[in-house]
Formats: sequence, C-alpha cells, structure tokens
Amino acid sequence: MSVFTMRLLAGISAALALLLVVYAFEFPPVDSVQRGYRGLAMEENSNPRTDRAKVRANQLPEPAPATDPAGQKASEVYTNVKVLGDMDANEFLRLMTDMTTWVSPEQGCAYCHDENDLAAERPYTKIVSRRMLEMVRYINGSWKTHVADTGVTCWACHRGQPVPASVWYLDSPKTARGAAGNLAGQNVASAAGGITALPVDPFTPFLKDANEIRVISGTALPAGNRASIKQTEWTYSLMMHISKGLGVNCTYCHNSRSFFDWDQSTPQRTTAWYGIRMTRDINTQFLEPLTPQFPASRLGPLGDVAKVNCATCHEGVNKPLYGASMVKDYPILIGPAPARTASAAPAAAK
Amino acid sequence: MAMLSFERKYRVRGGTLIGGDLFDFWVGPFYVGFFGVTTVFFTFLGTALIIWGAALGPTWNLWQINIAPPDLSYGLALAPLKEGGLWQIITVCALGAFCSWALRQAEIARKLGMGLHIPVAFSFAIFAYVALVVIRPILMGAWGHGFPYGIMSHLDWVSNVGYQYLHFHYNPAHCIAITFFFTNALALAMHGSLIISAANPKAGEVVKGAEHENSIFRDTIGYSIGTLGIHRLGLFLAVSAAFWSAICIIISGPFWTRGWPEWWSWWLDLPIWR
Repeated sequence: MSVFTMRLLAGISAALALLLVVYAFEFPPVDSVQRGYRGLAMEENSNPRTDRAKVRANQLPEPAPATDPAGQKASEVYTNVKVLGDMDANEFLRLMTDMTTWVSPEQGCAYCHDENDLAAERPYTKIVSRRMLEMVRYINGSWKTHVADTGVTCWACHRGQPVPASVWYLDSPKTARGAAGNLAGQNVASAAGGITALPVDPFTPFLKDANEIRVISGTALPAGNRASIKQTEWTYSLMMHISKGLGVNCTYCHNSRSFFDWDQSTPQRTTAWYGIRMTRDINTQFLEPLTPQFPASRLGPLGDVAKVNCATCHEGVNKPLYGASMVKDYPILIGPAPARTASAAPAAAK
Repeated sequence: MAMLSFERKYRVRGGTLIGGDLFDFWVGPFYVGFFGVTTVFFTFLGTALIIWGAALGPTWNLWQINIAPPDLSYGLALAPLKEGGLWQIITVCALGAFCSWALRQAEIARKLGMGLHIPVAFSFAIFAYVALVVIRPILMGAWGHGFPYGIMSHLDWVSNVGYQYLHFHYNPAHCIAITFFFTNALALAMHGSLIISAANPKAGEVVKGAEHENSIFRDTIGYSIGTLGIHRLGLFLAVSAAFWSAICIIISGPFWTRGWPEWWSWWLDLPIWR
C-alpha cells in the first residue's frame, strides 16, 4: 500500500469520524436539574435544542369559544346522553366540539356519530368514546395519586389523532428461525426497552398482567430471592420504557446505590408506582373489555385491542403537556372520588 | 552497566524549569526542586482541608467522610466554604499538586537528559482528573457536576452518573476506554510473564535475553513486537485508556443528555437500511 493510499484512507476515516461526531452527538450548553444532595449526581440533564421536538409535541389545543349557559341540562335537550347528561346543554355542545378537536379533527363529528341520527348507538367509535369518557372521569376522580389535580382529558393521549401515537399490542412471538432462532422476546434493538437488547415487550407482564416488578434482594446475602436474570431484564425493560416515555433518567426516581429503597428514592417514585397500577387498571378495566367493539382493522396482530403505556400520555415529558391542566376547564370530566373503604386504611398505614 | 553510569550522572545541577539553583538539591533520596516544594505545599494544604472538612461533617468513619461539591445553583461561581467552597479549594490544591508532580518529573528528566515520556504519560492521568472536575463542570455550567471527595460518596456519584445515562456501557468512548484497560492488562500480563520467564530462571540456568523472548512469541503467534516495541505498545495502551476514560465522561452531559443506548440509533437510522 503506497503512502498516498494510506494517507487517503486516513483522511477518509477522519472525515467519517468527524461526520459521525457532528451527526450523532448533541452540543453544549445543556440544562441540569439537581434532585439530590450536592455531589450525589441525582440529576436530570436535557438539551434545549433536542427538546424542541418534545415542546412541539406537547402543545395545548385551541379550546372552543366559551358559551353562555343554556339553563337546561344536556339530557333534557338531547336524547341518549348517558355520561354527560348532567351538564349544561351549551357546555355539552362545547365539550363535543372540543372532543372533536382532541380526537378526530379531520374526521369531524361523523367519526363517532351517525350524522343522520346523532343519538344512534353507532358507529362503534361512539360506544368506545362513551366508555372513554367514563374512563377519563374515573382517572380524574380515582387516580389523583397519579394525575393529581392536573388531571387528563382526551387530548392527554389522543393529541388530535383517533388512535393515540403511542399504544401497544401483544407481540407475536418470533420463533420460526430454526434451532438458534428463538430470541426469547429479546436480543434485538428493543424500541420499548430503550433500543437495548432487553425484552421487546415489557408491557404484557407489568401493564396488563400484575407480575412482580421488584427483583432486588432485600438482604445483603442471597436468602430466598428467586428472581432470575430473565425476570430482572423484564423489569429493566419496563424501567427503560418509563425513562423514554417520560424523558427522564434512572435518578429521577431512584438513588442508584439502592434502587429498591424507598427511603433513598425521590417522591416521584411514588407517583410512578401509582402510575404503573393506573395504567394496568386502564388496560384491564377499560380497554381490553372493549375488544369486541373494534373492527379487526383496529386490532393488533394477535387480535387484541390497542393498550396504553406510560408514553401514551407522557409523550417524552415527565409531566404530560409540561404540567398544564386542561381538565380544570371541564369539571364534568372529573368523576367522584372513590369511597374510603375499611380495608384500604390498614393497607395505607402499612 | 547503564545503571552505574546513570547513577554517576544522577546528582547533577541544572535542568530546572523554574527557580534556577534555588531548590536544586536533594533531601535524602528525593530531588526537591521548585515543583517539589509546590507539590508538598498543595498536598499538605489539600489534605489539611480534607481533614477540616471531615471535622465539619457528621462522621469520622473513613468510608463515609464526604467533601461534596457545591449545589448546581452556584453555577461556576465560588460557594461558601461549608457548602462546597471547601471542595473547590481542595480541587485547586489537587490540581496544583498533580501538575507540580508532573513538572518535577519533567525537571528530573531534563536533569538526566532523558525524554519527557514520563511526565507526558502522567499528564494523561491528570487530564482524566481535570476532565472530571474542571472540563465537564465548565461545559455543563456548574462546579456541582464534579465528583465528591469521599470513599463511598464518590462511588455513589459514579453509580448515579452512570444511571443518568441509563446504561453507561453503551457510551462509545467508555467502550473504547474499557477495551484499552483490558488490553493494557493483557499486554502487561504477557510482557511481565515473558520477562520473568526469561530473566529470572531457576538456580543454575542461564538468563535468557531478547532472542528467547522474541522466539517464544514468534513460535506462538508468528510475530514478536520486540523489546522496544512492547514498551511503545504499553505506553500507548495505558495513555489511551486514561484518555478515552476522560473523553467518555466529557461527552456524558455536554455532548449527550439522553440514555447512551439511544445514542446508537444513528446506526439504526443510517440511510443505507432505514
């Protein structure tokens, strides 16, 4: 190899390396938020230039203009209003207009209504949207542990699309690649697992089924902890999803010197704990029972309904829509708080 | 032989970078020099400040003593002594001591008419420390990004910084640094075992030299890097390990704020197969 060829190759390599640096990296200045004692390195880092896309994706919709009250309930003016019947008829119309903006701005009212008979129980989207209204009221009333008073509306997930951008379906197992071809649900770039080789579907075990997330031993020496590496990887994959979905890192909730220890964790971990259970609740109590309502084209490859995960609402931000509360303008969407039961009290005290 | 001639030449005047003849003397086996004085000054001051910081803190448990940097809210300003200012002064002392040590190495090398390879190599270690407590904090806009001085506390810092980027093993410069550290250990193990096998035979056998050393590697893998080459390689591997360690922490934050696994999406997103 001549000197010229070597220099040429070195030059090309250097140019490619420079291109990679410019293309693949971010550049200062960056923002940091301290979440622990000084020097503990519990910090959130972000790059305002990288975050622009997130800011664009988390804008609030333009609300319909305010109206004077009609003085009559929606149920008195319209027929077949089952969930929102108690609200003022004009406010009801305004909410319907807003819901169109939130869910089906291009398709319009006809996405959920038969235009010739708005009261009719068709198309299927009307059945679904009514259940979704009940779900929103349930979330805002019963899951304040996660959504606080900020609450959610249809927009929190839908963002102007009939099907929210971030939903998940059951993954069809890929095993037909010969003896060495069983990937065991992992070992490919897992979108859910933060583009690592972790399991590709951490949702089924934790956000549909109620598997144990905790895998770390409670004792220094192995004393009966039966959690396997595999189980641990499922947990880590879920954590990677939460991280990606919320745009936060591990130290947002955990002090990594002791992941399991609540005493060393941030308060945000409590919110996340409730969030996992809320998401499971939404998937099992509201979405899965709706499966028969949907046409096959709306179902996943295994015939299951679209389900939610953390990213559905959060869209890359720790507080959806950067913490803006839309529901305060729509009090009808806040359902009743759950009655305190006798059995809940000792559980909370423990 | 060489040792004897060096020994004769060893205690000669000159070669100082600063101070002329003022500190050009030895204390016992140790060369002093201007930078020996500054090394001692910064070392004692820094250590005394650490002890004072420990006295201010809640514990004398050696594992738990913690001199932490300031809160991020202080940015690149000076902080009150008890709220990270101590860490800032100790950092200055450490930098002063490390740099003095390197310059003292340079003076001794000049005195002996040798190359400056030792101070240059040591500078890579200093660079790794500077990267941690100066370069990266400045790039991120706060001294609070430096690591705390304490046995357990600095480990907590390392762990949490790793998890700030979800999975630090996906940091490309960390990959390179680890590879150099491992290769460095491999090269040192091969070189050490080779030299001992040749130069330290059992009683009654002759000492073997470079021909044997080269032969055993040529017979084994068809190639011997040679007596000078192995030391060039060792120097390269060792300074590369330190250099890429420094790079891997400098890029974490200033040049990448998300999880390191996600960085690799540039590969998945290449237009060739995207």
